[in-house]
Amino acid sequence: MKKIAKSNLPELLAAMAARGKVYCPQPDGAGGSKFAPWTPGTPVAQGCNTRLGPKGLFFPQTEELVRFRVSGKELEIREAELREEPFVVFGVRACDCRALEILDRVFLSEPVDGFYKDRRDHGVVVTLACSQPEETCFCGTFGIDLTNPQGDVTAWEAEDCLWFRANTEKGRELLERLPLEDGEDAAVERAREEAREIAGRLPLHGLTTKGFERGRMLELFRRPEWAGLSESCLGCGTCTFVCPTCQCYDVKEFDNGREVCRFRCWDSCMYSDFTLMSAGQPRPTQKERFRQRFMHKLQYFPDNNEGIYGCVGCGRCLRQCPIHMNIVKVMKTLGGGEDA
Amino acid sequence: MRKEPLIPMVAQVTEIRVDTPDVKTFRVVGLDGKKPFTHIPGQCAMLSMPGVGEALFSITSSPTNPNFLEFSIKKCGCVTDWLHAMEPGQQITLRGPYGNGFPVEGDFRGKDLLFIAGGIGLAPLRSVINYVRDNRANYGEVDIVYGARSKDDLVDYPEIMEQWCREPGLRVHLTIDREQEGWDGHVGFVPNYVKELGFDVNKTAVICGPPIMIKFTLSALQELGFEKTQVYTTMELRMKCGIGKCGRCNIGDKYVCKDGPVFRCDQLDRLPDEY
Amino acid sequence: MQADVKQRAIALLKEGTADRVLGWKAGEFFYDLTPAVFETSEEVERDFVWSPFSAPNLSKYLIGETRKPGKIAAFLKPCDTYSFQQLRKEHRIDREKVYVVAVQCGGMCDIEKIKALAKAPTAIREEGDMLVVSTLYGEKRLPRQDVLAERCLSCKSTKMAYYDELLGDDGEDKGDGRFEGVRRLEAMTPEERYQFWRGELSRCIRCNACRNVCPACSCEKCVFDNPTSGVENKAAANSFEENMFHIIRAFHVAGRCTDCGECSRVCPQHIPLHLLNRKLISDMNELYGPYQAGADLETRPPMTDFRYDDPEPSVVARRGGAQE
Repeated sequence: MKKIAKSNLPELLAAMAARGKVYCPQPDGAGGSKFAPWTPGTPVAQGCNTRLGPKGLFFPQTEELVRFRVSGKELEIREAELREEPFVVFGVRACDCRALEILDRVFLSEPVDGFYKDRRDHGVVVTLACSQPEETCFCGTFGIDLTNPQGDVTAWEAEDCLWFRANTEKGRELLERLPLEDGEDAAVERAREEAREIAGRLPLHGLTTKGFERGRMLELFRRPEWAGLSESCLGCGTCTFVCPTCQCYDVKEFDNGREVCRFRCWDSCMYSDFTLMSAGQPRPTQKERFRQRFMHKLQYFPDNNEGIYGCVGCGRCLRQCPIHMNIVKVMKTLGGGEDA
Repeated sequence: MRKEPLIPMVAQVTEIRVDTPDVKTFRVVGLDGKKPFTHIPGQCAMLSMPGVGEALFSITSSPTNPNFLEFSIKKCGCVTDWLHAMEPGQQITLRGPYGNGFPVEGDFRGKDLLFIAGGIGLAPLRSVINYVRDNRANYGEVDIVYGARSKDDLVDYPEIMEQWCREPGLRVHLTIDREQEGWDGHVGFVPNYVKELGFDVNKTAVICGPPIMIKFTLSALQELGFEKTQVYTTMELRMKCGIGKCGRCNIGDKYVCKDGPVFRCDQLDRLPDEY
Repeated sequence: MQADVKQRAIALLKEGTADRVLGWKAGEFFYDLTPAVFETSEEVERDFVWSPFSAPNLSKYLIGETRKPGKIAAFLKPCDTYSFQQLRKEHRIDREKVYVVAVQCGGMCDIEKIKALAKAPTAIREEGDMLVVSTLYGEKRLPRQDVLAERCLSCKSTKMAYYDELLGDDGEDKGDGRFEGVRRLEAMTPEERYQFWRGELSRCIRCNACRNVCPACSCEKCVFDNPTSGVENKAAANSFEENMFHIIRAFHVAGRCTDCGECSRVCPQHIPLHLLNRKLISDMNELYGPYQAGADLETRPPMTDFRYDDPEPSVVARRGGAQE
């Protein structure tokens, strides 16, 4: 295993930044943190999850697709260029890394989304194992080991050092050009053991996916509890936008007077106009919209993806929903509850 | 050039035919004057005018037509209003084809077919019907039940009268909702007409029209003894991407734009009834 | 107080004063309460919580709840009672269907502030002015004052605007102290102020939580959701457009905003949105005389009222405002 003293983190990031931008968690100026390009002198945020996951680095909230010039009956079309810039994302947590694998299943399945693929191809994901999870963390429910995240490179914090393991060819290439030294990984094992002990006593440790097995779609869909669960939902998009796996989008246009710019932007199934058609509205009330979001994560997505759930237990919706309704409450109400 | 699913091609509208007071049919070719792509009957394509919007329409022409694509479009919203107001020669954007289409080379082969359409619902069926006519040997007898509010609302009435009605092995049953001067055909709603006609059950049926018409026609067919496994229909939900990614046409484990729009009625029973 | 409030809720259901109770429901943790309608005393007994985390303003839910049959008892904090009165004034609530229980409040705690000082909190207890927070990583003692919500530190009034029944004592008007934040903004140069807001608003993800929670935003269909309005947008095509959303919203609610602070509370990106509204409140007070939205049902809000002695545009210009 490779290592570097934590005090040398700026040197490490500088070396990573030699061939492109390095995104890492930084204070957002409002008590939280966000993934932002690192420049010499900027502090790296401590703590667990950034307010928004790294989703936006691969699937930006607003992304231009194409521009049109209209003259008379003629159309001129200009495709948005792919960036094709190499970059590194440092400090991705285990849950967010799994979330990227979930986004891959959507955007990299046929027909492949070129904009997303470009960023995935050019981005190196360096994950960072958690040592101090939050009380809202429940990645274990979905089989994620917070002490052993994946990605191109895995990093651990242990005994004043950062330790690295390459998982992919891209990761090996990155590590080769970093100022690292060799070291025994016993310290990492001890740190992982400590983190596992904490994980074992997280408040949501016992939450299981019991009751959300495949084949229960219609039964769950028809449950009467949806009315109560959704009754105080504001219909805002907070849960959707802070969710690292939510990927619904809208395609909109902006006319700047000379050109029409067609862009896509994050959208939310919680919004009233999401499914609105000139012919009608298949989800007329917040109950149906609310149900769609959770049914998608717990049934529809796994049905199409070998049983992999569309939630990674990052806890962001627990923390940020204005009325504190979230997937844990849904799972506890509708599912088999907690194991002892 | 890279193939980016969300980036359209520029196409040209060469001809616009007025079919009914609120339906026009648009003939579309690529800038090279050729048919832009080949499709399966029942598939859809995204048409747009920059600055107005993009919307998904079913392709009305048959894949056997070598020269162009046709779209019969009812005026009912922002994009369709604009399309109805434009003139031939206009360039628009086009991407597709999207969706599964009808199993014309699968389940439909060798079968007697019963097509039931209401209003603009004939648009996707016209593609199949003409495909079947052009591959006559592969299919059995064909019945078409088509209804609209009035005679004037029957889409492309000339083709129906001059071609379909004269073709052997093809029976056309037209109906309109209310009595009308100059109409000596059947009057009444489609579901009732289907029951009156009393088809034998050795047919594969396809229903397309407004949701309420689909619902009652399916009941009518079931009364006649049809099983849901013999009946196909098409679904319409709001769509933006056409490729199963933007999320809005998701229903159960299906994306209507990708896994549909054609579904067999027994498949619909396994989905949440949110359409 | 927790016990009193809960007992009162149970009694209201039992004695038939109300068919339903609108309150806060216990969550997974001590802080994640959800607004909820309780229909039986058993539900209230099990789940109703009145605590320093009963933060959501329940008034707006009464728009929908008073359209249902039967009477509902609503538990409102002092600031919530102003929203209630304002919604009555705008004829959005059927007052006959509500029984208002006003509850005096000592200020709500901000869980984000607690988390910043005590990571991974799992339990809390009050010891006088101190909060003892148990966390996954040990126990922390925090002065309550340090973790009060921003809006409570600059509370406008603990005097109830309205109630059918009061739990605790009625409070008092807190004066203009709440405008301190506004004064700080006014002291900035225009360029500094512009940069301040560009910075704050750059974090906006356009989730619409501020709008959806806002009791003043009670339009059946918002202009920003209407595809034919020409301004409907889910995300900004450019950053300037994003800022406009909040400015337009602030103007839409001017004169009707009671300064309940929900917009800032719910913002997942912690943008101090209440400062926009407060600036407008402060300006209106200065130009048209003191006015508190929701304080009563009679006074006409300054933006919909014309008086011959209203200040002329030139007065605004002299202040260095409009003509800049």
